Amino acid sequence: MKAEPLLIRGGRTIDPSSKLDDIGDILLQGGKVVGVGSGITAPEYSTVIEAAGLVICPGFIDLHCHLREPGYEHKETVASGTRAAAKGGFTTVCCMPNTNPPLDSAATIEYVLAKSRAEGLVRVLPVGCITKGRQGKELAEMAEMARAGAVAFSDDGEPVLDSRIMRHALEYSLSFGLPLVDHCEDKALSAGGVMNEGWVSNRLGLGGIPAAAEENMVARDISLAQQTGARIHIAHVSTAGSVELIRRAKEKGVRITAEVTPHHLTLAEDRVMGREFVAAGYSCGARGLPSDSYDTDAKVNPPLRTAADIEALVEAVGDGTIDAIATDHAPHAWEDKVCEFGLAAVGISGLETALGALMGLVSRGDLELNTLVSKLTAGPSGLLGSRAKGLGSLVEGFAADIVIFDPEAEWVVQEQDIVSKGKNTPFKGATLRGKVMATIFEGGLVYRADGLKVRGAK
Amino acid sequence: MAQRKGNATESQTIEQMDTPAWQHRHVLDVDCLSRDDIRLVFQTTDAMMEVLSREVRRVPTLRGKTIVTLFYEPSTRTRASFEMAAKNLSADVVSFAASGSSVEKGESFIDTLRTLQALGADAIIIRHKQSGAPYVAARHVSASILNAGDGWHAHPSQSLLDMYTLRRHFPDLQGLRIVMLGDVLHSRVARSNIWGMTTMGAQVVLCCPPTLLPDVFSRSDHGPVTSGYLPEVTIETDVEKALDGADVVMPLRLQTERQEAGLLPSVREYVERYQLTVARLRLLRKHSVVMHPGPMNEGVEISPEVAYGMQSVIEEQVSVGVGIRMALLYLVIGGGR
Repeated sequence: MKAEPLLIRGGRTIDPSSKLDDIGDILLQGGKVVGVGSGITAPEYSTVIEAAGLVICPGFIDLHCHLREPGYEHKETVASGTRAAAKGGFTTVCCMPNTNPPLDSAATIEYVLAKSRAEGLVRVLPVGCITKGRQGKELAEMAEMARAGAVAFSDDGEPVLDSRIMRHALEYSLSFGLPLVDHCEDKALSAGGVMNEGWVSNRLGLGGIPAAAEENMVARDISLAQQTGARIHIAHVSTAGSVELIRRAKEKGVRITAEVTPHHLTLAEDRVMGREFVAAGYSCGARGLPSDSYDTDAKVNPPLRTAADIEALVEAVGDGTIDAIATDHAPHAWEDKVCEFGLAAVGISGLETALGALMGLVSRGDLELNTLVSKLTAGPSGLLGSRAKGLGSLVEGFAADIVIFDPEAEWVVQEQDIVSKGKNTPFKGATLRGKVMATIFEGGLVYRADGLKVRGAK
Repeated sequence: MAQRKGNATESQTIEQMDTPAWQHRHVLDVDCLSRDDIRLVFQTTDAMMEVLSREVRRVPTLRGKTIVTLFYEPSTRTRASFEMAAKNLSADVVSFAASGSSVEKGESFIDTLRTLQALGADAIIIRHKQSGAPYVAARHVSASILNAGDGWHAHPSQSLLDMYTLRRHFPDLQGLRIVMLGDVLHSRVARSNIWGMTTMGAQVVLCCPPTLLPDVFSRSDHGPVTSGYLPEVTIETDVEKALDGADVVMPLRLQTERQEAGLLPSVREYVERYQLTVARLRLLRKHSVVMHPGPMNEGVEISPEVAYGMQSVIEEQVSVGVGIRMALLYLVIGGGR
């Protein structure tokens, strides 16, 4: 926590939580926001960031990422993952419990929190397991984990297949009021699948995962949430059918929220055929597969879907059906991805490319900038209960978590620049528009890009 | 003598061959081959078939070249055929046996490929359970990669030999009605033949129960199917209608696991509904032929009477296979490049 004052001057300040969108200044002191407005003068000895032409908003909150610790430190650690988060503009990340051992007890939750205090660059809020060992058989000690600091519960990667256990988990969650984060996948339908089922999977001779594999479980869990009155949060929604189910459930008053990832909002199944293929477009005449096809960087679960799904997802972000954008940052080691497509690990390293990928939707006019900021700040904050109080907001007295980004700057995603241990991103080589210039966590600068204008105290 | 096209080249011997028109370093699938490319493969195969008719069936064309067969899946005919082809061209042949279990134990495919490269392989012939494995290989080594079958995806040398066999029985593939009968969903042979045969102007009919048909072929909402990314084929689940007036029928191997996977009620019912029988064969046109990519399940997808009957060209496919594979090896690491 930084005690010295920090003034950010002359940027476009956007805070959806207080409906603010204006050119102005922000003064931070003692790790808190102490002033928001225009013409704020810098106290003596303060650092000043000149933010003209830049956007200032609350630090992003990621509801869904994988920090891999404990157990898979070769893929990512709390230290490397939070560094990637800071570079991507995130000041709070919720880490998923599919570690080894899984985060299914107060002790493992405390371990992650201790790691985060010692080595983390930004705030880490752990998500605990719904069932012991993510086995789907017996409930994990969720109340004790909640007391230790867990903010939500999920068997992420593994759905709770037994409907009776899922029902009881939802009922039990009513006693501590935290949401269950639901990885929706009917494993019988997805078995053998490594990408979306459709023309590309047939073209490539790869096993497909039909949309129904997700939608079946979304439908089941909506009915269980309705039955129990408990809160459910649908993770990484990927199909138009799921969007429709969630929209209708919200209309009926079911306590349901949902998130979508930047990659499901921007990339389609044909990305598995390689960047060359997508760049050439559907109308190109060449019939042979490009040399970069079977691109394992585009292998993710749920899989990248179709253009029609993307359209429905973007619309759902705009109309409020989807509450938050979460990265599902899933870093992997080189050897997990540089292999045969069917044997490659699933997941995309996403913290550092999130803003750039999403700003593409804004510059194309598909999404309002304010909506985008809201889905990365107030949206996720509202789902997280009392431990997230005041996060995702630029109101005086709250934590000085801030991101400053250049909405116009273009940059090329290059492997050597990625600070996460996971270099597995389908955006490698892509030119993105929208670049994080600085990230401030509890008043201290945890990331600054070259070119940021800073003066004053060191 | 560099004669690119025309009838004159068809009578060339291997010693006279010159194929500057060939531009491919790898043979990963038939989808990237143009009609001219495929014709060039056929012309080269003609010369190879001439070699195979000689008393000494061996030429020095690829002397000093090293060819590796890297098979991650059991195979008898394809492997033997490629190795025989390489030996007929006087190449040094190394068989690298890699079991599926060694992959599961963590032996890396890339590491194996790099090792083979370092040992001086000029061409690596790959059979792999995983679709796309040869494409991964082509990105990591400079040797020519020949796909000898990858997962459900492609089997280009099989498709080329199927088409070459047909060329010996019909004046042209243009306009032929060819029925792929059976498990299209899991068939790399069907996928490659769909590309190859439609490129050569044939009409391809897929006939199987809907559970064995890739969903994409039976749906109308997939734009790219009709815009050149998947060739247009006809779907016919009724076997009698599919065979009516066809020139060629190719039953596909039915694995009994399909019943356990819930794709079929029983092999018995499949046999009753889809087996190529003598009675069903009568629905085809006169002079029609029966092919099979092998290995056959006699009495399942094909009755023995048909498999060994007058219209069967199944053994011819096997013998032509050596010539096709000699041609492919020659084109990628011999005279062609």
